[in-house]
Amino acid sequence: MVPSPIVAIGASHASVQLAASLRHAGYSGDIVIVGAEPHLPYNRPPLSKTLLTQQVSFDKTLLRQQSFYDKHNIQLKLGARVKSISREDSQITLDKGETISYSKLVIATGADPIVLNLPGEQLKGIGYLRNYDDAQSLMPYIKEGKSAVVVGGGYIGLETAAALSNAGMVVTVLEGMERVLQRVTSPVISAFYTKAHVTRGVNIVTNAQAMEFVGRHRVEAVKCSNGKSYPADLVVIGVGVYPNTSLATDAGLNVTNGINIDKFGRTEDPNIFAIGDCTNFPCHFTKTRLRLESVPNALEQAKSAAAYICGKELPHQALPWFWSDQYDLKLQIAGINVGFDDIVILGNMEDEQFSAWYFAGDRLLAVDAINSTQDFIKAKQLMSEGQSISKQALKQDNYKSHR
Amino acid sequence: MIKLHIIDPDGNEYETQTDIGGNLMTVATDNLIPGIDAECGGSCSCATCHVYINDTKQLQLLGEKSDVENMLLDCLETKRENSRLACQVSLTDKQDGLVVHIAPQM
Repeated sequence: MVPSPIVAIGASHASVQLAASLRHAGYSGDIVIVGAEPHLPYNRPPLSKTLLTQQVSFDKTLLRQQSFYDKHNIQLKLGARVKSISREDSQITLDKGETISYSKLVIATGADPIVLNLPGEQLKGIGYLRNYDDAQSLMPYIKEGKSAVVVGGGYIGLETAAALSNAGMVVTVLEGMERVLQRVTSPVISAFYTKAHVTRGVNIVTNAQAMEFVGRHRVEAVKCSNGKSYPADLVVIGVGVYPNTSLATDAGLNVTNGINIDKFGRTEDPNIFAIGDCTNFPCHFTKTRLRLESVPNALEQAKSAAAYICGKELPHQALPWFWSDQYDLKLQIAGINVGFDDIVILGNMEDEQFSAWYFAGDRLLAVDAINSTQDFIKAKQLMSEGQSISKQALKQDNYKSHR
Repeated sequence: MIKLHIIDPDGNEYETQTDIGGNLMTVATDNLIPGIDAECGGSCSCATCHVYINDTKQLQLLGEKSDVENMLLDCLETKRENSRLACQVSLTDKQDGLVVHIAPQM
């Protein structure tokens, strides 16, 4: 009897890397990737950037060409949703009733946008940015000189605002909290990005929650908690995501803000792994459990899980890192700054080329590098090797940043 | 179609045929060639697709590096004069026969 395939649920960065790593490690059995979207797996970060404004074609964002899957015998079942996981039978059931048995199951279901469900949200011209179809449905409303409101001033919201502004739209960002990026970065960086957007013509309104969308058939304005109404031919909502864990929960797996896994991607079921944005994992650097929304993290977890499945221990202990492209500003983040008590700034914020080094006591936690790739790489290397750098050395410029 | 010779850090040689129009990084990842991590997916953010082009003429045919690519390469101890990031190497007819050495990982 032919052994059952390794089955991955979710067809994005994590699953594609898993399949590649399995083949790379010499696994020659069947691999099946099940994905809800009809498209070949694609690069998701451009959704809020160049893909939305059609500066890059969809074809160019494919993670791999069809030939890759053919050549390495990786079966894609696209446009198929998984309805349930049966651990007793080691099989999954798709929405149309088909069942697929697995030898190992890898859950890579990612995260979905938090839906506001405000009055008027069904109007045309309002959308979220989870997938390519979302982006496509918004494209007809992106027109030079027209107004756009972005609800949410996180990275996705700000990237979208930058992309729409670049496309010639008049953009307003409504942020519910005191400052943009409040959940993810320091006041210094929030202030920098607020200024960067304002000087490029984007209106940033904080302490402002969207309350209602107004219009006849398509959206015309957004009513806000501050009593004002903002004209809108297009509304993009980006107020965070939640991990897609319902399949895991229904299967009785351990879930707390993500599917609980260990450093090898294992759940408590020896035949089930989970990787990517849907997971809650022990972070090697923060020594806490984390759930990250991050492509590099998904790729590293995929490599670890693939290795373990092939009988090799390759614990996930890569330093978390992130990036965000807005206008000509390239932000690269190494590490996680939670718990910092001091920041050292290198470079010049006015020139939009600087890095912010976050410390807790003497320990370097993270670096936000804006148009300062060398600082980013240096920090990433230091932290990956478990090293720090003294604030004094940084300040005295003993550390050369080659600017 | 053009032909590429890619040599991984352990000296294993791979001969691949590929369509023009793509970039060198995706050829390496599509063929599961080790040494190209491509962490950032080709957005010139991570310097994990470092390669050497030993032939001077072939190197010139690839054109000039961007500032960002130069900056990233400058961070690598393994950088040489003939270093490139594979994600920034576009493939045209001129690259037929290109020989690529993947740099050792740090």
